[in-house]
Amino acid sequence: MTLRSIEMGIGPWALRTRGIVIDVPILLVTVSIAILGFFVLYSAVGESLSMVLRQAFRFGIALMVFGLIAQISPRLLRIWSPWIFCITLVFLLMVMARGEFGGGAQRWLDIGIVQFQPSEIMKISVPMMVAWFMHERPLPPTFKQLLMLLLIFCAPTFLIYQQPDLGTALLVMFSGGLTVLLAGLSLRSIAILGVLSLSSIPVLWHYMFQYQRDRVLTFFNPESDPLGAGYNIIQSKIALGSGGLFGKGWLNGTQAHLEFLPERSTDFIFAVMGEEFGLLGLLLLLGLYLLLVGRGLYIASQAQDTFSRLLAGGLSLTFFVYVFVNSGMVSGLLPIVGVPLPLVSAGGTSMVTLMAGFGILAAIHGNRKLLAT
Amino acid sequence: MNSAVPLKDHWKEQKLFFSRLVAAGIIILALTGVLVWRLVQLQVVEHESFAELSQGNRLRIQPLAPTRGLIYDRNGIVLAENLPAWELTVTPEQISNLDFRLQSLGELGLIDPSSTENLVELVGSHRGFERVKLTNLSEVQAARFAVRRHHFSGVDIQEGLVRNYPFGDLTGHAVGYVASISSSDLERINRRDYAATSLIGKSGIERSYEVTLRGSVGYRQQVVNAQGRVLLDSVEAENTLLSSDSSQGGLETRWPVPGDNIFLGLDIRLQLAAHRALEGRRGAAVAIEPSTGDILALVSMPAFDPNSFAVGLSRADFQKLNNDPDKPLFQRALAGHYPPGSTIKPFLGLAALHYEVLDPDRRDMCPGYFILPGTSHRYRDWKPAGHGPIDLHQSIVQSCDTYFYQLAVKLGIDQIHGFLLGFGFGERTGIDVMNENAGIIPSREWKRAQFARSEDQTWYPGETVITGIGQGFTLVTPLQLAHATAVLATGGQRFKPRLVIATEDAVTGVIAKPEPVLLDVIGNVEELHWKRIAQAMIGVTEETQGSGQTAMRGAQYSVAGKTGTAQVFSLAANEKYNAEEIDERLRDHGLFIAYAPAENPTIAVAVVVENSGGGGATAAPVARQILDAYFLEDPNDSEKH
Repeated sequence: MTLRSIEMGIGPWALRTRGIVIDVPILLVTVSIAILGFFVLYSAVGESLSMVLRQAFRFGIALMVFGLIAQISPRLLRIWSPWIFCITLVFLLMVMARGEFGGGAQRWLDIGIVQFQPSEIMKISVPMMVAWFMHERPLPPTFKQLLMLLLIFCAPTFLIYQQPDLGTALLVMFSGGLTVLLAGLSLRSIAILGVLSLSSIPVLWHYMFQYQRDRVLTFFNPESDPLGAGYNIIQSKIALGSGGLFGKGWLNGTQAHLEFLPERSTDFIFAVMGEEFGLLGLLLLLGLYLLLVGRGLYIASQAQDTFSRLLAGGLSLTFFVYVFVNSGMVSGLLPIVGVPLPLVSAGGTSMVTLMAGFGILAAIHGNRKLLAT
Repeated sequence: MNSAVPLKDHWKEQKLFFSRLVAAGIIILALTGVLVWRLVQLQVVEHESFAELSQGNRLRIQPLAPTRGLIYDRNGIVLAENLPAWELTVTPEQISNLDFRLQSLGELGLIDPSSTENLVELVGSHRGFERVKLTNLSEVQAARFAVRRHHFSGVDIQEGLVRNYPFGDLTGHAVGYVASISSSDLERINRRDYAATSLIGKSGIERSYEVTLRGSVGYRQQVVNAQGRVLLDSVEAENTLLSSDSSQGGLETRWPVPGDNIFLGLDIRLQLAAHRALEGRRGAAVAIEPSTGDILALVSMPAFDPNSFAVGLSRADFQKLNNDPDKPLFQRALAGHYPPGSTIKPFLGLAALHYEVLDPDRRDMCPGYFILPGTSHRYRDWKPAGHGPIDLHQSIVQSCDTYFYQLAVKLGIDQIHGFLLGFGFGERTGIDVMNENAGIIPSREWKRAQFARSEDQTWYPGETVITGIGQGFTLVTPLQLAHATAVLATGGQRFKPRLVIATEDAVTGVIAKPEPVLLDVIGNVEELHWKRIAQAMIGVTEETQGSGQTAMRGAQYSVAGKTGTAQVFSLAANEKYNAEEIDERLRDHGLFIAYAPAENPTIAVAVVVENSGGGGATAAPVARQILDAYFLEDPNDSEKH
């Protein structure tokens, strides 16, 4: 790879070699986080190399998706947005319908050779749809447009919540909501929305499943239920707290290795890391995450049209919510909702959507038209 | 900006967007700050205390099982209790190769090899640190395991309590039973409540009063080292009064709260009498106290031994019980649907008096059959030669069918339907245990709703005729029959049947006795009419021609009763019923209802004996046994059973 792109004026760090777009900062930081994650995972799953190899394989696929999407021009992404959104919505309804007949929670859709969760794709297609909707319209949106936007991201949120998958539903809502906020809501509208969402809490509570209510109640007082929902949070706090400043050292976390910490390879892997690498390890990880978010916001600020701007901003903020919700719940700041730690938790689908999102960021930045300055 | 064509002001929009981005950036930094502050708090400020909980030592929470409430009969005799037992348990996270271990345990004769698959599923549905009970062990089995314990890491013996039913099959249907929590149970319960308990109520009182009996779970906290050895225990710390010591500061015990004890209205003496009288037959008997609705006896035969479920029934044994053609697991008293036969006659007689469709003293001719005007079909009386001229009183005493055929036609099906509903027929009585059936009291409307084809939906006059002798579509449960008989006994007061009459808080000893629930009062029927029916029912047991006279001969109390014989099998027009020739399962059901003492009733009884022939000969003697037990036995003698 050469740095000829700089000469071409595409900008620092965005490489363009014979038409191939690669965003170096995003690539470097995501790979660093993933490699760090492999080490933590190796410890969390009881030193099983095969689990880590499987995770590495998934990350490899996610990287390919990242590379492919980075080549698509933002104009095409914009034109496809409504189609992608509608198709994902149909998939979501199909999953729902099958769940109705099959009974129980259904998230997966099997189309021939590929199996995937439509709810995951929604995390990307919702901000795309919102950005597309506002692209031709002057900002900030009018009240009528705002209602339309609400519908765009609330409908899939509701469907996913019904699956039931509270964690993903929340993230989809945030991905749409944050994009709308970036579109420039007036402070008055934000205040009204705030009051509305506060007053919807009792209604939401009414429709929550018992286990979800338990989680919220236990959040406020985990010690009240040490045999049930409070167990996770009590154990994860012990894991984090006992890690201290420097941690117990890799493979030395007793909470994780003596199997006291539940879901330690997925939702609670942050606690494993905190136990073994201490506060310093966690600060390093958070720093890397912030670099990614910062890069995303920078790309948004440099973007040339409304669609790219909103989409890049929305995706970056959603990524931060991802990080904050997971680390917040593991450290007892937030109630426990099933949200994995991005790029670190074991599991394939969320990794692929995350990297697809970064691919879009790279595409937006790498395919800018040169403007005369 | 022009309102017709809203133009995009790119410079302004970019400025707006930038301000939003900056705001977002500030919020992100603030939230990250909160997160870091939280982490510093956990990992630096409170590090010491968390390290103590974790480093080398671990805090373990051990659930403590509550004691299940006891069940007593009305005289305080124990029907369900808890006995100490050995339980074989596994801790899923400590066991490797579960299938192999279970197989080895099976070879040692400790678990039933055919249940391995279920056990694997059960263990899999628990969290790694939750102890799962596999089975109960006898003392010999426990010893056999103890010497091989080192081969089975993760498998353990613990002392537990097992449910015991001292009267065995005598109370199986009424009290119900407990058994191991199955994976389908897990879906309807909050598993937190069962963290230390492996048994759950499956039927009868044990199921319907599960929450009352269960109590609430407690826990002890233990500090264990990496090898799992207990270093500190909250319970022991309390016992040695060291809880003020700061090193055990965090350890806490929450004691379990035992479940409430339950008193049933059942009288085990009546239960025993009914059980013995029905031994070897299929059938049911229900006795009710008319003034309260309390169930005095609830028997369904054949019965089963609830203890076999509590200690763990092998799959083969369960299949055998479940596939038995006599259906011992079927609760006939609550769910069995039977045609009431002639036991419906007192109720219809009362309806006829109330609606004044006939003169009760007029004697109509019974030639041994009834013909609907304008048709030729003969509805036959049980007595081929006929009863001759007969009035209402004698029609009940001798159970004349012809009289009631025409009585039913005069009343009409809709009037019959409405009147019988007032006695609780055709709907669930609302007894305090599950799986009760509603029975059927037909009407025109019912038939329209019941059938799909329009020719089936029409109500035919002939169907009214046979409703007059409790045949046709009419179906009742033994409980409904006893309930309705109790209403006859009180002259119209309908109390909700109930098994549980009191609960006792096991901690405070406070006894709660809920008031009987008066569902309804049939107030519009004249006193005179009730008396007339009562007289006829006394005639059934006392007059020489009474169909229940033989069974009640020599009783030291007066009985008002009615026999019934319900056809299971329809005979062709000129065929003669011959019990010998008909397959046993197609023979008539015998029924009997009664209340006593006739002048001031304190008990109402209904008995159904399946495929036994006439009710006077088979069901009435069962009722006699129950009534004798009720009136003649001294309650103080009951200990001897």
